[in-house]
Amino acid sequence: SKTRDSIAAGFDSIFSGFSGLDDDFYEELEEILIMSDMGIDTTMNIIENLKKKVKEEKIKDPEACRQLLIDSIKEQMRLDSDAYEYQNRKSVVLVIGVNGVGKTTSVGKLAAILKGQGKKVLLAAADTFRAGAIEQLKEWANRAGVDIISQSEGADPAAVVYDAVAAAKARDVDILLCDTAGRLHNKKNLMNELSKINRIIQKEYSEAYLETLIVLDGTTGQNALAQAKQFKEATDISGIILTKLDGTAKGGIAIAIQSELGIPVKYIGIGEQIDDLQEFDSDMFVNALFERGDE
Amino acid sequence: MAFESLSEKLQNVFKNLRSKGRLTEADVKAAMKEVKRALLEADVNFKVVKSFIKTVQERAVGQDVLNGLNPGQMVIKIVKEEMEALMGSTMTEIALRPGNEITIIMMAGLQGAGKTTTCAKLAGQYKKKGKRPLLVACDVYRPAAIKQLQVNGEKVGVPVFTMGDKQNPVDIAKAGVEHAQKNGNNIVILDTAGRLHIDEDMMGELVAIKQNVDVYQTVLVVDAMTGQDAVNVAKEFNDKVAIDGIIVTKLDGDTRGGAALSIRAVTGKPILYVGMGEKLEDLQQFYPDRMTSRILGMGDVLSLIEKA
Ligand SMILES: Nc1nc2c(ncn2[C@@H]2O[C@H](COP(=O)(O)OP(=O)(O)OP(=O)(O)O)[C@@H](O)[C@H]2O)c(=O)[nH]1
Ligand SMILES: Nc1nc2c(ncn2[C@@H]2O[C@H](COP(=O)(O)OP(=O)(O)OP(=O)(O)O)[C@@H](O)[C@H]2O)c(=O)[nH]1
Ligand SMILES: [Mg+2]
Ligand SMILES: [Mg+2]
Repeated sequence: SKTRDSIAAGFDSIFSGFSGLDDDFYEELEEILIMSDMGIDTTMNIIENLKKKVKEEKIKDPEACRQLLIDSIKEQMRLDSDAYEYQNRKSVVLVIGVNGVGKTTSVGKLAAILKGQGKKVLLAAADTFRAGAIEQLKEWANRAGVDIISQSEGADPAAVVYDAVAAAKARDVDILLCDTAGRLHNKKNLMNELSKINRIIQKEYSEAYLETLIVLDGTTGQNALAQAKQFKEATDISGIILTKLDGTAKGGIAIAIQSELGIPVKYIGIGEQIDDLQEFDSDMFVNALFERGDE
Repeated sequence: MAFESLSEKLQNVFKNLRSKGRLTEADVKAAMKEVKRALLEADVNFKVVKSFIKTVQERAVGQDVLNGLNPGQMVIKIVKEEMEALMGSTMTEIALRPGNEITIIMMAGLQGAGKTTTCAKLAGQYKKKGKRPLLVACDVYRPAAIKQLQVNGEKVGVPVFTMGDKQNPVDIAKAGVEHAQKNGNNIVILDTAGRLHIDEDMMGELVAIKQNVDVYQTVLVVDAMTGQDAVNVAKEFNDKVAIDGIIVTKLDGDTRGGAALSIRAVTGKPILYVGMGEKLEDLQQFYPDRMTSRILGMGDVLSLIEKA
């Protein structure tokens, strides 16, 4: 896409514009990594490791150094083979995150993907707080052609989840997708509410496989790390949905999160339409970070 | 907050130096490394940081250390002054047309930034001040966007004009303004759909709205948690649509909010209000000095330096 170009072009030029691996070279590399929102600590670690490997392998050429860097990040971001195991089981997918990141939209898109695989999908409208949230999810249920369990605005979200679990069992649903209200990770009571929802699922539906996906806005900077940390304390996060990568932000913070917390990106959001959710592809993600686009 | 404060770090940098009468280049360089780090951790754009550091460095080298301050505090004082120069030191409000002339305010921004919520918050404040605001639902794309505005409008007791989601936003804006004229509303707030700054068609829609109704204030709504990309977003919105001011949302979180500084730096437009929560009364005046302390992660020392 368009703007990946400017950054990617910068990246290309540093590798072609430098004849050797000197301080200027590494400084420019640092700039590019930081501009992707990777954060200063992760950037420094990556560069340190790169320097070490460059020394060990006696690399002199910028192009070889570039490949080394790309390969190591790709390797780090690669998903385990059982990353999508929840799709093969009776499961509950709990979708969480701060305000406005794309939770409801991602639930809608995911419902469509799973329905397309022939799964029986049910949605739970557990955001009973935000104005219009229930209607929004209903429209997505409609678009995806799946059922939805909801109560009215202001209802107890835990009660909605409770109902939805009962319905999922009664209707022999394969995958129950729970949309939750946006909440900032520094709000104790809202995080407790989430833990409660989590406990209800575990207690009422212990035989189900629980997949907890945190949605992170790809445009977010260093705060995404704090988000992931705090949400991880309230629930057992098993993956990330990284949204809004159709913009010009790089989503580099996901690399910091993977390094520090070991939470993998499982899906990316690349638009507002129903088919704009993709399974995460480490190679594509890293290439997009570092390489010139097609245009 | 979980951050080791910049002041602590700077104190550490200077711990090994004797207190001197004048800041040397080496002193300043060592301190600038920490300042740079703090700003980057706060998500201030890399390029903004670079030029900021350069300015501070040039100013600081050779300066006398004031009585009552150590070199570390002296550097912080200069950093703070330069930050304030960037951030602006006065509070600005959204300009309104005089008397009973209708002021049209258009909210714009990326998806999920907080536009719809902020529209309602703002309308509520105007209503409390005795104005007669009207909310106009120009987002025809996001599922239930109209419903969201209606529910929020009702909560703050402000009427919402809508034509459903089958009409063109430009026509809705025009009809909304006519409706305001007929019904004695003197402030019209247009809630527009979220859009990417690189989406030519959608950016064109905002331009078309401005060509068809007399928008007096265009406000860019930005999520405080935005990272390095904030400069691209702000620059594109300003270049393509021309903005008059900025509202930064979700500052009730624990983000340092460096995006605010970046946006201010690339657009030169004032930050008008800050969103401090999901409730409709959670819209506050913007205080540049508080933002400066927050970005630097050092609420504590600033007041100390103020006195010196
Ligand atoms: N460009 C783009 N927009 C997206 C993407 N995912 C979601 N959005 C948009 O982001 C906005 C917010 O999405 P929602 O799904 O309502 O976000 P949410 O996390 O449920 O928000 P709250 O429930 O209010 O916390 C909407 O305008 C979506 O259309 C994406 O991948 N790309
Ligand atoms: N914590 C907090 N949440 C906010 C604030 N402002 C808005 N929100 C929340 O952020 C989410 C998105 O807000 P919206 O007003 O729907 O954002 P929008 O820009 O209209 O979104 P689109 O129309 O989809 O582009 C909602 O969950 C809001 O409740 C704020 O200042 N603090
Ligand atoms: Mg939602
Ligand atoms: Mg909206």
